[in-house]
Amino acid sequence: MSTTDQTLAPAEKAKAPRMSRYTSEKKAGKSNQGLHTKKSIILTVIMGALLIYSLLPLFWLFVNSTKTQAELLNSFGLWFSGPNALWDNIVATLSYNDGVFVRWFGNTLLYVVVGAGGATFLAALGGYGLAKFNFPGKKAVFAVVLGAVAIPGTALAVPTFLMFSQMGLTNTPWAVILPSLISPFGLYLIWTYALDAVPTEVLEAARMDGSGEFRTFFTISLKLLAPGLVTVLLFTLVATWNNYFLPLIMLSEPTWYPLTVGLNQWNQQAQTVGGDVIYNLVITGSLLTIVPIVVAFLFLQRYWQSGLAAGSVKA
Amino acid sequence: MKATPSTLRRTAAVVATGLALSLTLAACSGGGAGSAETGNADDIAAALKEKSTITVWAWAPAVEDIATAFEKENPNVTVKVVNAGTGNDQYIKLQNAIKAGSGAPDVAQIEYYALPQFALSDSLADLTDFGFDEYASEYTDSTWGSVNIGDGIYALPQDSGPMAMFYNKAVFDQYGLTVPTTWDEYIATAEKLHTANPDAYITNDTGDAGFATSMIWQAGGQPYTTKDSTDVTINLQDEGSKKFADTWNQLLDNDLLAATPSWSDEWYKGLGDGTIATLNIGAWMPGNLESGVPEAAGDWRVAPLPTYTAGDTASAENGGGGDAILKQSKNKLVAAAFLQYMNEGEGTQISIDAGGFPSTVADLNSDEFLGYESDYFGGQKINEVLVQSAEDVVPGWSYLPFQVYSNSIFSDTVGQSYADKGDINEGLTAWQKATASYGNEQGFTVTEK
Amino acid sequence: MTTLSTLPPSGQTLSKPRKPHVQKRDWTGWKFIGPFMIVFALVLIAPVLYSIYLSFFKDQLVGGNSFVGFENYGQALTDPKFWESMGRVTLFFVVQVPIMLGIALFAALAIDSARLHLSSFFRIAIFLPYAVPAVVATLMWGFMYGTKFGLVGNLNDFFNIAIPDPLSSSWVLASIGNIVTWEFIGYNMILFYAALRVIPTDLYEAASLDGANAFRIIRSIKMPALRPAIVIGGIFSVIGSFQLFNEPSILQSLAPNTISTYFSPNMYAYNLSFSGQQYNYSATIAIIVGLITAVIAYIVQNSGSRKEA
Repeated sequence: MSTTDQTLAPAEKAKAPRMSRYTSEKKAGKSNQGLHTKKSIILTVIMGALLIYSLLPLFWLFVNSTKTQAELLNSFGLWFSGPNALWDNIVATLSYNDGVFVRWFGNTLLYVVVGAGGATFLAALGGYGLAKFNFPGKKAVFAVVLGAVAIPGTALAVPTFLMFSQMGLTNTPWAVILPSLISPFGLYLIWTYALDAVPTEVLEAARMDGSGEFRTFFTISLKLLAPGLVTVLLFTLVATWNNYFLPLIMLSEPTWYPLTVGLNQWNQQAQTVGGDVIYNLVITGSLLTIVPIVVAFLFLQRYWQSGLAAGSVKA
Repeated sequence: MKATPSTLRRTAAVVATGLALSLTLAACSGGGAGSAETGNADDIAAALKEKSTITVWAWAPAVEDIATAFEKENPNVTVKVVNAGTGNDQYIKLQNAIKAGSGAPDVAQIEYYALPQFALSDSLADLTDFGFDEYASEYTDSTWGSVNIGDGIYALPQDSGPMAMFYNKAVFDQYGLTVPTTWDEYIATAEKLHTANPDAYITNDTGDAGFATSMIWQAGGQPYTTKDSTDVTINLQDEGSKKFADTWNQLLDNDLLAATPSWSDEWYKGLGDGTIATLNIGAWMPGNLESGVPEAAGDWRVAPLPTYTAGDTASAENGGGGDAILKQSKNKLVAAAFLQYMNEGEGTQISIDAGGFPSTVADLNSDEFLGYESDYFGGQKINEVLVQSAEDVVPGWSYLPFQVYSNSIFSDTVGQSYADKGDINEGLTAWQKATASYGNEQGFTVTEK
Repeated sequence: MTTLSTLPPSGQTLSKPRKPHVQKRDWTGWKFIGPFMIVFALVLIAPVLYSIYLSFFKDQLVGGNSFVGFENYGQALTDPKFWESMGRVTLFFVVQVPIMLGIALFAALAIDSARLHLSSFFRIAIFLPYAVPAVVATLMWGFMYGTKFGLVGNLNDFFNIAIPDPLSSSWVLASIGNIVTWEFIGYNMILFYAALRVIPTDLYEAASLDGANAFRIIRSIKMPALRPAIVIGGIFSVIGSFQLFNEPSILQSLAPNTISTYFSPNMYAYNLSFSGQQYNYSATIAIIVGLITAVIAYIVQNSGSRKEA
C-alpha cells in the first residue's frame, strides 16, 4: 500500500462507519460496553455544565423574546421581566413592513427545498457514480472537488457575482439556489456510504435482468442509499438555512432575501434616519428562525436513526 | 446528454472564455439604446406620457410614500422602490452593479460624502443635462455645494444634517450644569458631570469618520482638495484638523467619552437613562430619538453646536444626502422627473412629514417649519436652532473622490488612537497615510501635506 | 490543490474486506457525476479560474485595466496586513480548534460511556447550537457580550465582579472563538460519537475479560478508532478557521476599533474588493489563502495518519 493510500484511509473510515453505525449498534445492543453501566453522577454534572453552555444562549433568546423593546434594555438578561410580550412580539414580527418576515420565511423555505433537496440529489447521483463505476478522470474529479473546497468562498464572491450578473442571474432566486446545489461534503458522504450500502452483486443482478443504469439507480439503489441521503439532507438543510453571505451579495431586493439577511437588515435599521429601532423584533425573529430548523433537525435525527437501522442491507 | 471528460473540459473552457469575454465587453458597452440621455422640461413631460417603470434604491422611509404620490400624478409610470441596504451596504451593491455593467437602479439615494466617489468614476448622470442647474438657489449653499462636483450636478439634495448639540436637560438640571457654548466649556462640563456621576459621560465616541470629518469641517479645516478629478491633496494636520484633534484629545485622555458605539442597543439605552448627556450630530436626529428613546420624552433639548471661539457661529453638515440618476439607467427622462418631484417638488413636504430635515431653503424658512413645537423636546421650537445651524455651515468643504473607502479604514487607523487613548493627531496622520497610499494605488495623484 | 490529488479515487483502502467490484472501463460513471460536475464547474471552477485570471491584472479607478503578471502576488507576500490576518487566524486555529475538538471528544466519550444519565437528551441538546444560523448566533452573543446592559454587564452588577469587556482588543479573538466553539462542539461531538458506535462489542468484552478499566479501554480501543474522525474534524476546522468571516464581520459594528477591516484574511479580501474595489488584489489574496489552507489541511491529514502507522 502506498503512502498516498494511507492518507486517505482515515478519511474514508471516518465517514463510512458513521453511516452504518446503527448496523453495529444492533450487534452491540443498547449499552455498547455491555457490561459495567453504572451511572456516574460526576460525569453527569460535568456534562451538565456543557449542557448549560450549549443551551444558555438559546434560553437567553427565548427569555428576551418575551420582552418589549423598553424592557429589553432595562432588565436582567436571563430572566423574564415585565408583561409577557412574546405573543405581541410574534405578531409584530410577522406583520412588520406588510409581513415581509413571512415573505423571507417563504424564500428561505424555497431555497432550502430546492437548494438542499437538489444538493442531496446531485450528491447522491454523483457519489453513487463515483462509488460504483470506474471511469476515466475519476481521480481528477476527486482532486478538483476537494481542492476547490479550500478556496475561501467569500473571496470568490466577487468573481461569482460578476459572472452571475452577466448571465442575468443576480437578484433572482437562482443566484442563491445554484451555488447551494453543490455540497462536496455530501458527495463525499454518499460516495463512501454507497461503497458499502449498495452491493455490487445487486447491481449486477439488475444488469442481468436488462435494467438500465438509471432505472436501477432510481428503483433499487436510491432506496438502499436512503439513510445516507437523510444525513446529507440534514447537513445541506442546515447549510442552506444558515446561508448568509451569498444572498447578501447576490440579492439587492429584500423581496428575495432569506431570513438571515433580512434579520441582519432589521438589526441595522436602528441606524437609519427615521428608521424604527426594533431590537425586540430582531430577537423574536431570530427565535422564529431557529424554531423550524430545530424541529426539522429533531425530526430528521429520529428518521436518521431508524432509517439507518432499517435501511442497512448488511443487517 | 453524453458528457465525456473531453467535452466537459471543452465546455468548461468555453464557459470560462465566454465569461472573460463578456465581462470585458460589458465594460465597454454604454447605456441603453434609443432612450434619450438628455432633455428639457418638454422632453421630460413627453416621456411621462408613455408607459414606463423605474427602479429607485433608497432607504429613507419617506421615498415609498413619495413614489405612491408620484404614481398617482403620473399613472403611466410605475416606481419600484427598493431598500437595498443602508448607506455603505447599498453603495457596495451599487458599486457591484456598476462594475458588472447591469443591475443598477435608475435612481439611487447617495449620501453627500459618497457622492464624489460615484460622480468622479463616471457612474452618475450629470443633471445639468436636464436643466437642473437652475434649481441652485432653491437649496442651502452647503447641500448644493455637495452635489456640485467639478462642473456637473450629480444629485438633487434630499435631506441635510446641519449639526447641533442635543442635550439631556434632565441630566443638566440634576447636576446643575449650564449649556456649553464653546468646546472649552464643553470639556469643563464633561468633567463636572463625570465627577458628579462616574457612570455618566458628556457624550459617546468610539471614533467615527463621519463625525470626525464634520468636526474638522466646523473647525475650518479643509483637508481634502481635488483638482481635475484625479489630482488629490490630503492634509489631515491642517489647522482645522489639529484644532479638532487637540480638543478631542482632552476628552479622550481624561476618560470623558463613553466607549459606547453609536447606534448600538447600549447607546440607545444610554441616551434614555442619562448616562450619555449630549450628542453633537446632524439635524435629522430628532426622529431617531423619538423612535429609539421614547422613555426620555421631554428630557432632550437642542442647542447650537459649541464653537472654538466664544461668540463665534460655525457649524458643519453631518450626514444627509441626495438622490442621483445612474448612467446605466435606460429611462433617464422619467428618472429625472421623479427626482425633481421627490426633492424639488411635492416630495419635499412628504419627507418633512416623515421626520426628514430638508435642504430646500423655502421649506427651511417656512413659518410652519420654524414654528413647529416638538412635544418630545418639551415644546421647544427645535427647527429654529437647526435652521440657524444650516445657515452657519462653514463654506468650502469637499470630500475625497474615494471617501467611502477612506471612511471604511478610519477604525483601523484613528480608531486605534481611541482604543489606546492615544493622540488623535497620530491617528489622523496614519489615516492620511493609508488613504493616500490607496489613492495612489488606484491611479490618483495624491499629494500629502 | 495538489495535495488533495494524492488521494486515491475510491475506497479500496477501506478496512472492509469486500472491495467494490470494478466495472470495465467505460464512461457510464460520468452520466452520474456529470450533473454535479456541470453545476460545480459553473459555481466553483469558473469563479476560481476567473479569480486566477483576475490576479494577473490590475484595474485602477484612474488609468484602467492592465496586465501586471505576478505583481499582485509579490505585493501580497510582503503585505503586513495580510500576514497579520494570517497570523491571527493561525493563532485562532492553534488555540480554538484543540479546545473545541477536546470538549467534543470528551462529550462524545461521555455519551458513549453509558455512564451518563439522560444521555440521549445530552446528545440532542449539545448538538442544537449547530442548527442556529451563524448570523443569529453572533447577534445573540453580541447582545450578551454587552458590558453595560448585556449579560456580561448583568453578571458584573449581580455578583459585583468585573468580567473584562469581551470585545476589548485583548479578548475579542477569544470571544469570537467562544462563538465558533459554541456553534461547532455539537457537530464534532456527533462526528466522534458516530465513530465510537461502530466499535464491535466483542472488543469491549475481550478487554473487560482482560481486566481493563474504562480509561484503559478509552486509550487502547476507543482512541485508535476515533483517530480518523478526529482527522476529519481537524481538517474541516482548519478550513473553517482560515475562512473566518461571519462572526467577526457581524461583531464589527459593536467593536469597530478592535475588529479591523483585515481581521481575518477573508475579511481582508472582502473589504479589498467591496470597499476598495481592488478586485484583482482581492482575488490574489483569495488564491494564496486557498493554497495555504490546502497545505495545512494536508499536514493535519498526514500527521493524523502517521500516528496511526
